Amino acid sequence: MKKDIVIKICSGTGGVASGGEGVLSAFKNAISSSGMEAAFHKRCSAQKVGCRGFCSKDVLVDIIIDGEKTTYKHIKQDMVDRIFNEHIMMGNPVTEWTVEEEYHTFHNKQTKVVLSHCGEIDPEDINAYIAVGGYEAARKAVTSMDPREIVEIVKNSNLRGRGGAGFPTGLKWELGLRIKSDVKYVICNGDEGDPGAFMDRSVMEGDPHSVIEGMIICAKATESHNGYIYVRAEYPLAVRRLQMAIDQCYEKGFLGKNIFGTGLDFDLKIFQGAGAFVCGEATALMRSIEGKRGMPSPKLWRSAEKGLWDRPTVLNNVETFANIPRIILNGADWYKNLGTERSGGTKVFSLSGKVKNTGLIEVPLGVSLREIIYDIGGGIEGGKTFKALQTGGPSGGCIPAEFLDTEVDYESLAQAGSIMGSGGMVVLDETSCMVNTAKFFLEFTQAESCGKCTPCRIGTKRMLEILERITSGKGKEGDIELLEELGRYIRLTSLCGLGMTAPNPVLSTIRYFRNEYEAHIRDKKCPAAVCKDLITYSVLEDICTGCGACKRACPADAVRGTRKSPHRIDPDLCIKCGTCFDACKFKAITKS
Amino acid sequence: MEKTLEKILDDYISNEGNIITVLQDIEKAFGYIPEEAVFWFSKKVDIPASRFFGAATFYSQFHLKPRGKNVITVCRGTACHVKGSERLINRLLIELDIPPEDDTTADHKFTVEKVNCIGACGIAPVTLVNHEVHGKITLDKLIKEIKKLKTSE
Repeated sequence: MKKDIVIKICSGTGGVASGGEGVLSAFKNAISSSGMEAAFHKRCSAQKVGCRGFCSKDVLVDIIIDGEKTTYKHIKQDMVDRIFNEHIMMGNPVTEWTVEEEYHTFHNKQTKVVLSHCGEIDPEDINAYIAVGGYEAARKAVTSMDPREIVEIVKNSNLRGRGGAGFPTGLKWELGLRIKSDVKYVICNGDEGDPGAFMDRSVMEGDPHSVIEGMIICAKATESHNGYIYVRAEYPLAVRRLQMAIDQCYEKGFLGKNIFGTGLDFDLKIFQGAGAFVCGEATALMRSIEGKRGMPSPKLWRSAEKGLWDRPTVLNNVETFANIPRIILNGADWYKNLGTERSGGTKVFSLSGKVKNTGLIEVPLGVSLREIIYDIGGGIEGGKTFKALQTGGPSGGCIPAEFLDTEVDYESLAQAGSIMGSGGMVVLDETSCMVNTAKFFLEFTQAESCGKCTPCRIGTKRMLEILERITSGKGKEGDIELLEELGRYIRLTSLCGLGMTAPNPVLSTIRYFRNEYEAHIRDKKCPAAVCKDLITYSVLEDICTGCGACKRACPADAVRGTRKSPHRIDPDLCIKCGTCFDACKFKAITKS
Repeated sequence: MEKTLEKILDDYISNEGNIITVLQDIEKAFGYIPEEAVFWFSKKVDIPASRFFGAATFYSQFHLKPRGKNVITVCRGTACHVKGSERLINRLLIELDIPPEDDTTADHKFTVEKVNCIGACGIAPVTLVNHEVHGKITLDKLIKEIKKLKTSE
């Protein structure tokens, strides 16, 4: 028996949270205790791989026997023995645990460029990356290409900044190359702060070497010798894996002095953020690396001229850098043809919220939102109706159903009143209140505003107060118009992108869901029954069996009633936490 | 305390650190940023204490007050919000009897805090219990975790 057996266990944050490490060690134990290593001539290995996107099915395990792959879902440690004995030893897959059709439709509709290694290779092993062609692009760029040549390829590929603003990457590099200085910096922005976005985390955790390789190529193209990767403090696993990857690169001579033996020096360091959303803004991020408060400054000059410590700096997003090695190897035309006329390539999105298949997806630019939500995402969870798609996090907006056939790219999403942003997509269904959603984002931007400029600091606060008023049933006539007016001014007069985009969630929901705002203000009703002050919980007496589950669960002792007779809720004591609603098995409690 | 601070100072000098890296080290060593530590450092490196406090109050990772022995971090990202994390945090505060406007129990055993997004949206709602990620969390599961922590002492 000489078979190649590879067991791949998802070990991204999602996989680890679902018990991935336990599963991995269980497989390793099974292999070593079975004496298989000798029998298989050491051809059987269990390895951790990065996130493969479908986090809701974690822990996912691939078993590949002679190239034939079987994927298992929801694997727990105690299931490992059976899989090992039946599948690996006897060759009979445990079909009741394997993934179903949806797993394949989820993947089949995607085009993986940035994520092509995520979920396939061990992110902690540089040799695994090299085995799939890693660092070939960097070697080619560093040893045989002229900086101008690299810049041209990147320019022709139509790659645009994946952090959200969509600035053409090639142009940025060209400027970086043109400006002469003995000290220049390359910075990778891994401060993925948008709530609901986790593309960069998955890439940093699942394929850290591709980011480093992209940065090495950028260093060559812009003649820089120093680099930083700025990673959020909230991503400890990404920090650990990137540090491992950097250390391995130094050992191999891909980083440090005289890289690839060409005399080029490039040093790379990680800087860990300390928890501030605004640091995703380029100028704020650079102040943060300098050890200061992360406050943006007016863009009197481009960072390519004066950036970190006032030196020329090229700053790109994680995903942008991860694209670079593929572009160098496969050529600009290949990449360009993947996308639309205006923007080349693919984009990674994190699809979450009320959709069946949540996770990380990569699609060519130009696919429709409908394809993303219904084909890849499998439609709305629980058979409910789609209401809106939130894109771009707190800087973006909500896109209603009539735009579902919009092709995804930077311009078309902006036309629909939202932005591409870094790639978060949160699906909202009929049970989501749009006013509450707008308030949620404004609470976020208001709290994260650095306070430097007045429109953002005070303007967002005033807008939030109005929204709080509306959601608590104290809204006044004219509030909607006031929100629109304030929003317009904040957009026009704020200093940085945070402030300029902060009103977007409010303005876009007013634009498409004005009736919901009106219902809150005029009728004092929340149509989706979300806003706490506008709903009351009551018991449907003919359904209530008097089991007492709600009474026991209520933290405020607001449920009254004796066993086996219908209960009732005391409205004066009820704190509207919704615990009784969840506790009732008979659906005898209603919100209205 | 002084010994720990000396070590952080050495690191600062040898690794060309800055205010943020120093604060990160202090937070890691003490669980918060003690005022005395800042003044000690400020004197040693001749940087005004105000600059340290400026950074410490700017970034959410730093805390000026001691925190609970166990830290429960509820993710408040969009996906978690849509899946009910606001209710989760409200119930948690009631369950642990933490007064409004505060985040730590009177006996300093538990701190409940929010985080903007930890990027595990595929398994929302997510909560960290002492830095360990728990996905698809419910209130019942959380209460069980808390009970476990309470009895393990």
